[in-house]
Amino acid sequence: MTFDYVVSGDDFSSAGTASQDIKKRLQQLGIPVQIVRRTAIAMFEAEINMVIHAHGGVAHVAIDEHKITIIMEDHGPGIPDIELAMQPGYSTASESARDMGWGAGMGLPNMKKNSDFMKIDSTVGVGTRVTMELNIT
Amino acid sequence: MTAGKIAILLGAEIVCHDDLRDKEIMTACGSDMMSDVMAFYHDGGLLLTGLVNIQTVRTASLLDIDAVCFVRGKIPNTDMLALAQEAGIIIMQTALPMFPACGILYQSGVKGNIQAADK
Repeated sequence: MTFDYVVSGDDFSSAGTASQDIKKRLQQLGIPVQIVRRTAIAMFEAEINMVIHAHGGVAHVAIDEHKITIIMEDHGPGIPDIELAMQPGYSTASESARDMGWGAGMGLPNMKKNSDFMKIDSTVGVGTRVTMELNIT
Repeated sequence: MTAGKIAILLGAEIVCHDDLRDKEIMTACGSDMMSDVMAFYHDGGLLLTGLVNIQTVRTASLLDIDAVCFVRGKIPNTDMLALAQEAGIIIMQTALPMFPACGILYQSGVKGNIQAADK
Protein backbone atom coordinates (compact mmCIF):
# COMPACT_ATOMS: atom_id res chain seq x y z
CA MET A 1 0.00 0.00 0.00
CA THR A 2 1.13 3.54 -0.63
CA PHE A 3 0.48 6.91 0.94
CA ASP A 4 1.22 10.36 -0.43
CA TYR A 5 1.41 13.63 1.45
CA VAL A 6 2.07 17.24 0.61
CA VAL A 7 4.36 18.82 3.20
CA SER A 8 3.52 22.51 3.45
CA GLY A 9 6.46 24.86 3.55
CA ASP A 10 4.45 27.75 4.93
CA ASP A 11 2.94 26.31 8.05
CA PHE A 12 5.56 25.20 10.53
CA SER A 13 2.93 24.09 13.02
CA SER A 14 1.66 21.39 10.64
CA ALA A 15 5.12 19.88 10.04
CA GLY A 16 5.10 16.32 11.28
CA THR A 17 1.46 15.55 10.57
CA ALA A 18 2.38 13.15 7.72
CA SER A 19 4.74 11.26 10.06
CA GLN A 20 2.04 11.13 12.70
CA ASP A 21 -0.38 9.65 10.18
CA ILE A 22 2.14 7.03 9.04
CA LYS A 23 2.88 6.10 12.63
CA LYS A 24 -0.82 5.54 13.26
CA ARG A 25 -1.17 3.40 10.12
CA LEU A 26 1.87 1.26 10.99
CA GLN A 27 0.47 0.71 14.48
CA GLN A 28 -2.84 -0.37 12.95
CA LEU A 29 -0.96 -2.83 10.73
CA GLY A 30 0.64 -4.38 13.82
CA ILE A 31 4.20 -3.45 12.84
CA PRO A 32 6.62 -3.96 15.80
CA VAL A 33 6.84 -0.88 18.03
CA GLN A 34 10.58 -0.32 17.50
CA ILE A 35 10.15 -0.23 13.72
CA VAL A 36 7.17 2.10 14.05
CA ARG A 37 9.20 4.48 16.21
CA ARG A 38 12.24 4.42 13.93
CA THR A 39 10.03 5.10 10.91
CA ALA A 40 8.31 7.98 12.69
CA ILE A 41 11.63 9.52 13.73
CA ALA A 42 13.24 9.19 10.29
CA MET A 43 10.22 10.62 8.49
CA PHE A 44 9.61 13.41 11.01
CA GLU A 45 13.21 14.60 10.69
CA ALA A 46 12.84 14.58 6.90
CA GLU A 47 9.58 16.52 7.12
CA ILE A 48 11.15 19.13 9.37
CA ASN A 49 14.11 19.43 7.00
CA MET A 50 11.72 20.05 4.12
CA VAL A 51 9.96 22.82 6.01
CA ILE A 52 13.01 24.62 7.38
CA HIS A 53 15.25 24.28 4.33
CA ALA A 54 13.16 23.69 1.21
CA HIS A 55 9.73 25.42 1.51
CA GLY A 56 8.00 22.03 1.73
CA GLY A 57 7.72 19.15 -0.70
CA VAL A 58 6.05 15.79 -1.15
CA ALA A 59 6.32 12.55 0.81
CA HIS A 60 5.62 9.13 -0.63
CA VAL A 61 5.47 6.07 1.63
CA ALA A 62 5.17 2.48 0.40
CA ILE A 63 4.60 -0.41 2.78
CA ASP A 64 4.85 -4.07 1.81
CA GLU A 65 5.39 -7.22 3.84
CA HIS A 66 9.17 -6.82 3.80
CA LYS A 67 9.92 -3.13 4.15
CA ILE A 68 8.77 0.46 4.50
CA THR A 69 10.06 2.83 1.83
CA ILE A 70 9.92 6.58 2.40
CA ILE A 71 10.70 9.00 -0.43
CA MET A 72 10.88 12.70 0.44
CA GLU A 73 11.22 15.05 -2.50
CA ASP A 74 11.55 18.83 -2.58
CA HIS A 75 12.43 21.61 -4.96
CA GLY A 76 14.47 23.54 -2.44
CA PRO A 77 18.02 24.89 -2.71
CA GLY A 78 19.68 21.45 -2.72
CA ILE A 79 22.60 20.30 -0.55
CA PRO A 80 26.00 21.49 -1.83
CA ASP A 81 28.08 19.12 0.32
CA ILE A 82 26.21 16.00 1.47
CA GLU A 83 29.16 14.65 3.47
CA LEU A 84 29.32 17.88 5.47
CA ALA A 85 25.54 17.92 5.93
CA MET A 86 25.74 14.38 7.35
CA GLN A 87 28.18 15.52 10.04
CA PRO A 88 26.46 15.54 13.47
CA GLY A 89 26.04 19.12 14.68
CA TYR A 90 26.45 20.75 11.28
CA SER A 91 23.43 22.87 10.39
CA THR A 92 22.50 25.73 8.10
CA ALA A 93 19.11 26.20 9.76
CA SER A 94 17.92 29.76 10.28
CA GLU A 95 17.71 31.42 13.66
CA SER A 96 13.91 31.14 13.51
CA ALA A 97 14.14 27.36 12.93
CA ARG A 98 16.44 27.08 15.95
CA ASP A 99 13.98 29.09 18.00
CA MET A 100 11.40 26.44 17.15
CA GLY A 101 13.68 23.69 18.52
CA TRP A 102 15.26 22.50 15.28
CA GLY A 103 18.60 22.99 13.61
CA ALA A 104 20.76 21.02 16.05
CA GLY A 105 22.48 19.43 13.07
CA MET A 106 21.14 15.98 13.92
CA GLY A 107 18.47 15.58 11.22
CA LEU A 108 20.31 13.73 8.46
CA PRO A 109 22.49 11.63 10.83
CA ASN A 110 19.36 10.70 12.76
CA MET A 111 17.51 9.73 9.58
CA LYS A 112 20.42 7.49 8.59
CA LYS A 113 20.67 6.00 12.07
CA ASN A 114 16.98 5.09 12.15
CA SER A 115 16.73 3.64 8.65
CA ASP A 116 18.29 0.48 7.25
CA PHE A 117 19.11 2.20 3.96
CA MET A 118 19.30 5.87 3.04
CA LYS A 119 20.19 7.58 -0.21
CA ILE A 120 20.33 11.31 -0.88
CA ASP A 121 20.13 12.69 -4.41
CA SER A 122 20.55 16.42 -4.45
CA THR A 123 21.28 19.06 -7.05
CA VAL A 124 21.97 22.63 -6.02
CA GLY A 125 19.24 24.91 -7.30
CA VAL A 126 17.01 21.99 -8.29
CA GLY A 127 16.09 20.09 -5.16
CA THR A 128 16.65 17.04 -3.01
CA ARG A 129 15.26 13.52 -2.99
CA VAL A 130 15.85 11.38 0.08
CA THR A 131 15.02 7.67 -0.04
CA MET A 132 14.89 5.68 3.19
CA GLU A 133 14.05 2.03 3.73
CA LEU A 134 13.27 0.18 6.94
CA ASN A 135 13.15 -3.59 6.95
CA ILE A 136 10.15 -5.23 8.55
CA THR A 137 11.34 -8.78 8.21
CA MET B 1 8.04 7.41 40.53
CA THR B 2 4.55 8.48 39.50
CA ALA B 3 3.83 11.52 37.37
CA GLY B 4 1.85 12.90 40.28
CA LYS B 5 4.85 12.63 42.63
CA ILE B 6 7.03 14.35 40.02
CA ALA B 7 4.53 17.20 39.83
CA ILE B 8 4.65 17.59 43.61
CA LEU B 9 8.48 17.59 43.66
CA LEU B 10 8.62 20.24 40.94
CA GLY B 11 5.75 22.32 42.30
CA ALA B 12 4.15 21.70 38.94
CA GLU B 13 0.54 21.80 37.88
CA ILE B 14 -0.75 18.97 35.69
CA VAL B 15 -2.74 20.70 32.95
CA CYS B 16 -3.48 17.70 30.72
CA HIS B 17 -4.27 14.09 31.62
CA ASP B 18 -4.42 14.51 35.36
CA ASP B 19 -6.22 11.15 35.16
CA LEU B 20 -2.83 9.57 34.36
CA ARG B 21 -1.03 10.99 37.43
CA ASP B 22 -0.43 7.44 38.74
CA LYS B 23 1.56 6.51 35.65
CA GLU B 24 5.10 5.35 36.52
CA ILE B 25 7.86 7.50 35.05
CA MET B 26 11.21 5.69 35.11
CA THR B 27 13.47 8.07 33.18
CA ALA B 28 13.69 11.66 31.97
CA CYS B 29 15.43 13.98 29.55
CA GLY B 30 15.85 17.77 29.56
CA SER B 31 16.28 19.69 26.30
CA ASP B 32 15.03 22.68 24.35
CA MET B 33 16.22 21.17 21.06
CA MET B 34 13.73 18.70 19.64
CA SER B 35 16.37 17.54 17.13
CA ASP B 36 18.49 16.36 20.03
CA VAL B 37 15.55 14.70 21.75
CA MET B 38 14.80 12.83 18.52
CA ALA B 39 18.43 11.80 18.18
CA PHE B 40 19.33 10.84 21.72
CA TYR B 41 16.27 10.03 23.79
CA HIS B 42 14.15 6.99 23.06
CA ASP B 43 13.18 5.82 26.51
CA GLY B 44 9.64 7.13 26.97
CA GLY B 45 9.26 8.74 30.39
CA LEU B 46 9.39 12.49 30.92
CA LEU B 47 10.62 15.33 28.72
CA LEU B 48 11.49 18.57 30.52
CA THR B 49 11.67 21.52 28.16
CA GLY B 50 11.34 25.26 27.92
CA LEU B 51 10.33 25.02 24.27
CA VAL B 52 6.63 25.72 23.99
CA ASN B 53 5.21 24.95 20.58
CA ILE B 54 3.14 22.25 18.91
CA GLN B 55 6.29 20.47 17.70
CA THR B 56 7.26 19.73 21.30
CA VAL B 57 4.08 17.72 21.81
CA ARG B 58 4.36 16.14 18.36
CA THR B 59 7.92 15.04 19.12
CA ALA B 60 6.74 13.54 22.41
CA SER B 61 3.93 11.75 20.60
CA LEU B 62 6.18 10.31 17.88
CA LEU B 63 8.71 9.11 20.48
CA ASP B 64 6.07 7.59 22.81
CA ILE B 65 7.08 9.96 25.60
CA ASP B 66 4.66 9.65 28.52
CA ALA B 67 4.82 13.15 29.97
CA VAL B 68 6.11 16.65 29.18
CA CYS B 69 6.96 19.22 31.84
CA PHE B 70 7.30 22.81 30.67
CA VAL B 71 9.85 24.64 32.80
CA ARG B 72 10.51 28.35 33.43
CA GLY B 73 6.78 29.09 33.76
CA LYS B 74 6.07 28.40 30.07
CA ILE B 75 2.38 27.84 29.36
CA PRO B 76 1.19 25.50 26.57
CA ASN B 77 -1.59 26.74 24.27
CA THR B 78 -4.89 25.03 23.55
CA ASP B 79 -3.67 23.35 20.31
CA MET B 80 -0.82 21.75 22.22
CA LEU B 81 -3.13 20.56 24.98
CA ALA B 82 -5.59 19.14 22.43
CA LEU B 83 -2.83 17.14 20.72
CA ALA B 84 -1.55 15.91 24.09
CA GLN B 85 -5.05 14.92 25.12
CA GLU B 86 -5.49 12.89 21.92
CA ALA B 87 -2.05 11.29 22.23
CA GLY B 88 -2.44 10.41 25.92
CA ILE B 89 0.50 12.58 27.01
CA ILE B 90 0.56 14.11 30.49
CA ILE B 91 1.40 17.83 30.41
CA MET B 92 2.62 19.71 33.47
CA GLN B 93 4.09 23.14 34.00
CA THR B 94 6.47 24.45 36.64
CA ALA B 95 7.98 27.83 37.39
CA LEU B 96 11.36 26.19 38.06
CA PRO B 97 14.21 26.66 35.59
CA MET B 98 15.49 23.60 33.72
CA PHE B 99 18.61 22.83 35.76
CA PRO B 100 17.05 22.74 39.23
CA ALA B 101 14.04 20.86 37.89
CA CYS B 102 16.31 18.17 36.43
CA GLY B 103 18.46 18.17 39.58
CA ILE B 104 15.51 17.66 41.91
CA LEU B 105 14.28 14.69 39.88
CA TYR B 106 17.73 13.13 39.52
CA GLN B 107 18.36 13.44 43.24
CA SER B 108 14.99 11.82 43.85
CA GLY B 109 15.84 8.78 41.77
CA VAL B 110 14.62 9.59 38.25
CA LYS B 111 17.64 8.82 36.12
CA GLY B 112 18.35 9.83 32.57
CA ASN B 113 20.09 7.99 29.77
CA ILE B 114 23.78 8.40 30.60
CA GLN B 115 25.02 6.76 27.45
CA ALA B 116 27.37 9.12 25.62
CA ALA B 117 26.60 10.16 22.06
CA ASP B 118 28.27 8.20 19.25
CA LYS B 119 31.57 9.78 18.24
